Amino acid sequence: MSEAPHPPGSVPEPEGSVPDPEPPVPEALEGPAASSTSATETPSATASRASATASSTSATAVPLATGRLADGEWHRLHPATPLLKGGIAFVAILGVILVQLRDFWINLIFDGPGDEYDPFTWIIQHDYAGWVLLAVIGALLLSIGAFYLSWRMHTFRITNEQVEVRSGILFRTNRRGRLDRIQGINIVRPFLARLFGAAKLEINVAGQNANVQLAYLGSLAADELRREILLLAAGEVGAVTVPEGLEGNATSFPEVPEGNGASSTSATEGTPATGGASATMRASASAVARELLAPERGADVAPPESVVQMHLGRVLGSLLLSGFTVFLVVGVVAASFIFTRVGDFFFLFAIVPTIIGVGSYYFRRFTRSLRYSIASTPDGVRVGFGLLSTSNETLPPGRIHAVLVSQPLLWRPFGWWEIKINRASTSEAQGAAGQANTTILPVGNLADARKVLELVLPGLVDEESVRLLELGMTSRGGDDGFENSPRRAAVLRWFSWKRNGFAFTRDAVLLRRGAIWRELVVVPQARLQSMSLKQGPLVRRLRLASVSLHTVAGPVSARLGAIDQEQAVRLFEEVAAGAVRSATSDTSHRWRAAGEPA
Amino acid sequence: MTTRLELADTDWRRVSPKYIVVDLVGTLIFAVIAVVGASIPAWVTHNVWFWAIPGSLAIVFIITLALTPRRVRSIGYQLRSDDLLFRRGLMFQRFVSVPYGRMQLVDINRGPLDRAVGLSELKFVTAAAATGVTIPGLPEAEAEELRDRLVELAESRRAGL
Repeated sequence: MSEAPHPPGSVPEPEGSVPDPEPPVPEALEGPAASSTSATETPSATASRASATASSTSATAVPLATGRLADGEWHRLHPATPLLKGGIAFVAILGVILVQLRDFWINLIFDGPGDEYDPFTWIIQHDYAGWVLLAVIGALLLSIGAFYLSWRMHTFRITNEQVEVRSGILFRTNRRGRLDRIQGINIVRPFLARLFGAAKLEINVAGQNANVQLAYLGSLAADELRREILLLAAGEVGAVTVPEGLEGNATSFPEVPEGNGASSTSATEGTPATGGASATMRASASAVARELLAPERGADVAPPESVVQMHLGRVLGSLLLSGFTVFLVVGVVAASFIFTRVGDFFFLFAIVPTIIGVGSYYFRRFTRSLRYSIASTPDGVRVGFGLLSTSNETLPPGRIHAVLVSQPLLWRPFGWWEIKINRASTSEAQGAAGQANTTILPVGNLADARKVLELVLPGLVDEESVRLLELGMTSRGGDDGFENSPRRAAVLRWFSWKRNGFAFTRDAVLLRRGAIWRELVVVPQARLQSMSLKQGPLVRRLRLASVSLHTVAGPVSARLGAIDQEQAVRLFEEVAAGAVRSATSDTSHRWRAAGEPA
Repeated sequence: MTTRLELADTDWRRVSPKYIVVDLVGTLIFAVIAVVGASIPAWVTHNVWFWAIPGSLAIVFIITLALTPRRVRSIGYQLRSDDLLFRRGLMFQRFVSVPYGRMQLVDINRGPLDRAVGLSELKFVTAAAATGVTIPGLPEAEAEELRDRLVELAESRRAGL
């Protein structure tokens, strides 16, 4: 873990600092009256004052611990950040080199002649090993320096309206995201980072890769920051308070805005830096233990209860009965057929990498699905994934644009379902990783699927809509509340014409498709962007038409084909009117401002 | 011929008839380039059968050109109280409804052919890529007026994402 001295040009946060013969005077904060010792106050800093004054007698915790990070000041990331980021890259580079060395090892082990064009053989033959080693060490030192510098230059702040990140050494970037446009907050804890008690906080706003990443923060600091950001985003300004027992755990470094006199700070540099490092050590040692024992710690101290329990057997079964397995079986059968006919041993060489690839795919899917949890919080749905590397994402209300409940044929005997969603942001770190973070339920039975649907579609709780949802999933069709395709559509929908139809609930449109691969699409009308009604020359002869509900891009396509022409026109008109109605009454972008207090 | 798709009580505003000329010229230029390009194998190989490629292409283009006036006349739009309704297509009919509040931005484009006859193309963009509402062949003044009107309507009916 790298040490954390104070940068020149910055001072520790004023209200917590040690009484000093020459107290640093940050111009931005200081009024003429407050020129005595440590009495500077900003309105936003009042919350953290209580904790700060309590500990201000000892110099140790001061620059590290601020109760809250969302105070509008600039902060640094976790001091282990360079190691975590660089360490991963280092392992990757090492891996590449080892793979490149494969021939070399094989020659070494089997005592082969060695390829003289192989660079490693060449280096050893020409006695350049020392120079190469020196170059490697030099490059290593250089990159460590660069990582440290980039950590120093990487700062963030969260104000009441926005989150802002500055980073980069030569090419500076400054990214701001508006809090009321947040589409989701994701806390990712890669395995390596978990050992250090660190976590990555990702704030997603709408758009391709439009996320503000804070990598890495202290694990508890990340949880606390998420809570604060969600409160700010919810429209309750000034409601952020520091909960008991969380002060002093935030391992991030306060920094005063640039432009303060560098001269006054030099005297204070030594004390907080050394004290800070030892405090970090102590804090992180216990944090690692906590972290590994309880990685899914909720932001509100008591973790929300997951409504769905994942069973080992079900995860294994769903993997074995997935489309990938079918593909694999077909591949193996074809390969062995060719093998017996041709009798060539060539593809034995291809088998080993294939087995490794397939095995790692299954392992990844398996470990990630195993610790799945989904829970309701006041600030939206929280979805957790992952065994070794965990990811825990909060989707505020009204951020889900379409929902797809589907059941492949092989899952039907077991009654398993999968749920995917469309959302406006796409995350770079595949949050749930392995599965894109659009899969909100990897596998679950009917009851699980219903619970998840109730969470992600809060408007769909009344009995009638729940009945419709279940019919949409399991019904074979017929006159059951859905308006289905007419019999003449059987030309186009051989098996599913009885089931292929739509229904309305109060705030959403339900599209039911497929008899073999059963699918139910739910589109909340308040999120609908536009819709189209289409008819080609051939379906016109059958007096059929298709309707598409356009939402933001994602795995769910809300298109219903081969429905009766008059029904299609009616669906079009009703949804067009309903979308406007729902959008006007929708207040979910400031979900707490409307109703209940915190 | 069976009944075509039609929405109840609609009063479509049509695009300028001058757009027929723009569309015809544009298609013609593209057709000439495509047919000449497709006939290269025939020139090079002197094989008579290769003429089938540019030949069939030419037939497709002739049909397209012949139907252009009707296709242009099928384009229409209407400003309803809360949404923009758009239609186009003859064989493949397409109706789109976009609530004003969903507008992310409005584009006005003018190609060289459009400029020659004083037309503009207006594009209505939402957060969904599939929306695809592009109204071609609007007289310049009308396009700008429509854009301002749409922005105004979107402003008064602003919705989240």
